[in-house]
Amino acid sequence: MNFDLSDEQKMLGEQARGLLADMSPYDRLRSLIDSGAEWDEALWRALAGMGFLGAAVPEEHGGLGLGALDLGVIMEALGRANAAVPFMSSIVLGAEAIRLAGSEEQKAEWLPKLASGEAIATLAYAEGPGPVFARGVTIEGGKLTGRKSPVADAGVADIAIVLIAGGGFALVELDQPEVKRTRLESFDQLRPHYCLDFDGAAAEPMAGGGKLDRLIDQAAVQAAFEAVGAADACLHMARDYAMERQIFGRPLGGFQAIKHKLADVAVATELARSNAYYGGWAAESSPGDLPAAAAAARLSGIKCFELAARENLQVHGGIGYTFEANCHFYYRRERMLAVHLGNRGFWADRLLNALPGSQGKAA
Amino acid sequence: MDFNDSPGEAAFRAEARDWLATHAPAHELAPGAKMPDTEEADRGRAWMRELYAGGWSGLTFPKALGGRGLSGIEAVIFAEEEGKYHLPKGPFTSIGTGMALPVIARHGNDEQRARFIEATLKGDITWCQLFSEPAAGSDLAGLRTKAVRADDGSGDWIVNGQKLWSSWAHLTDWGILVVRTDPTVPKHKGLTFFVVDMKTPGIETRPIRQISGASEFNETFLTDVRIPDANRLGAEGEGWACCMTVLMGERLGSGAHRGGIEPLLDYAAATPDGHGGNMLDDRAVRLQFAEALAEEQGERFFQARLRTMVSKGENPGALAGMVKLAYASRYQKTNGLALELRGLAGIAPEADDTATGDVQYDYIYSTVMRIAGGADEVLRNQIAERVLGMPGEMRMDKDVPFEKLKG
Repeated sequence: MNFDLSDEQKMLGEQARGLLADMSPYDRLRSLIDSGAEWDEALWRALAGMGFLGAAVPEEHGGLGLGALDLGVIMEALGRANAAVPFMSSIVLGAEAIRLAGSEEQKAEWLPKLASGEAIATLAYAEGPGPVFARGVTIEGGKLTGRKSPVADAGVADIAIVLIAGGGFALVELDQPEVKRTRLESFDQLRPHYCLDFDGAAAEPMAGGGKLDRLIDQAAVQAAFEAVGAADACLHMARDYAMERQIFGRPLGGFQAIKHKLADVAVATELARSNAYYGGWAAESSPGDLPAAAAAARLSGIKCFELAARENLQVHGGIGYTFEANCHFYYRRERMLAVHLGNRGFWADRLLNALPGSQGKAA
Repeated sequence: MDFNDSPGEAAFRAEARDWLATHAPAHELAPGAKMPDTEEADRGRAWMRELYAGGWSGLTFPKALGGRGLSGIEAVIFAEEEGKYHLPKGPFTSIGTGMALPVIARHGNDEQRARFIEATLKGDITWCQLFSEPAAGSDLAGLRTKAVRADDGSGDWIVNGQKLWSSWAHLTDWGILVVRTDPTVPKHKGLTFFVVDMKTPGIETRPIRQISGASEFNETFLTDVRIPDANRLGAEGEGWACCMTVLMGERLGSGAHRGGIEPLLDYAAATPDGHGGNMLDDRAVRLQFAEALAEEQGERFFQARLRTMVSKGENPGALAGMVKLAYASRYQKTNGLALELRGLAGIAPEADDTATGDVQYDYIYSTVMRIAGGADEVLRNQIAERVLGMPGEMRMDKDVPFEKLKG
């Protein structure tokens, strides 16, 4: 057994972290919010330039053909920086959906463009309040009808992979008159969301049905890496502030009330990281174990980031409530990550249902 | 990254499995068997002798001292395979191998090593731990049991005081003992470490009546107990360093835990919900158990990361405390939840409902896990200070001679 990232993976993570530290400091995030920007396009181009967008895209389609753990260390760096880019939408969900369920023509057409960043994809699955994997949109004779909302990053996306009636996917180009995009007020100010109305839009059904489970299991592992990176950033932001801030004649971080809080965040984060590693390993090497591993990673990822985002702001006190402090980026992002891909209750069912001898019962 | 055994590990596992298949069944205890403590301890010794004869004792202990000098991973593999049999193992064996041996190996002299190590590995000598006191638990260095030199010129020590929570002290041969030999210096500096023959006159062991109803822990009274100077480990005043060696063994050893989530899922599924289904259909119950299960899995993979660190020669340090900190509260919470979802029958089950008895016992016993081997609060301090680099606690007693402290 060797249960650690490889030296190459650690190096890849450091490269991603370095790039994001240079290009996506908190002041940059503030200016993106102030300007109402759709995304950080310069950062996206830089990620493309480093080959990160195509990391897990097969080599025959213009990517590097790396695995889930390699993608994971990049996701961890993106989470840590709270980056304003559609990596989850376009790479983890969009490109993977095409790889898993697309025809050879669809793969050949879109994967190279997604890997290079020339095109952007998103996954359109929710349909208003309630469970997020909704299937009310229909396709008939190549025409797509219905509403998906909210859809992340649809303002910059060229294509959407749409979850449709019957549980399959359709691929639709968004730049056509039969697709109406309405920008919504997004709680995460750095990840815009849209309402998409399809009024007989030209769309291609995708070949492979039944790939949703595999797609979201893989994505859940990546979301756990993202959450772990973000939680770790919150933990260290809180720690650094508590060490510097003097209160009652000594550092705030010397009080057990603060030490114990942050120790709990550290434990939750390391347990979630361990589940993310196992999920990445299972996705690459032991697919039968992926459903349980993905659900555990997803649940513990949500838990650690929730705790870290809340307690980071709390440790900062009133300062944490200002736009000038940096806690709010994570506080908002955390809620978005907690509900995208299905919430805690959804993944709790998947975890119990994945157990052998099943205690299962889908609620 | 590879979660599976390497070829070398797989070969070791196969070797362990074969040996166990031949030798373990004769030593197994029947499921749910109740027997007198003395018999359990004797059977424990017999299994120790078997392990020693087969070359499976002291796996990580240095070869020069009679161990096999293997890595932590191999010890884990053996423990996993051994754990498939219901064998007579407990504090009466593990205190010797996990605590007494490391401290004797590190702080003892050649004569002491020759006298105790092989005999302990063989199960000829079993051990108890005489550390905690009524007024010294998490603050162990505040202990008050004192030793003074006998005034007859023999060099012997005369010990007086009271020790607490000494598992199996009534049935073990020797104890590891820390006492105060100099009250005029600050508390950590005035301690000295001994091994003591539990048959020495003046040692009286009384069972503690515990909240579980069982009495596996004792209080041990020491009245004018005479210990030869040859049984001192390390120098006078070096007792604290010896304690640290022992406690490190305790921390790294607390890996195997009872109280997994899956039996509780079965328990919930066997409890009707009053609407034609069972309690595992309840969304709130599912969510709480699933989160606990996710944490349990994370802990397992976290331990795999720690073992990988150890195998690379890195020291996990206070990271290791995260395992017990997460485990103990989860153990309490999930068993508390299980009793609750059972309804009133969780409190007063009928005679044939043995599952509820187990859940009740675990709920009671979980309180021990949150305290013993590093209380939750101590572990949180250690994680904050040693993992996150936060300031240490303010200590009022640091430079004060022990005899001047209040209380």
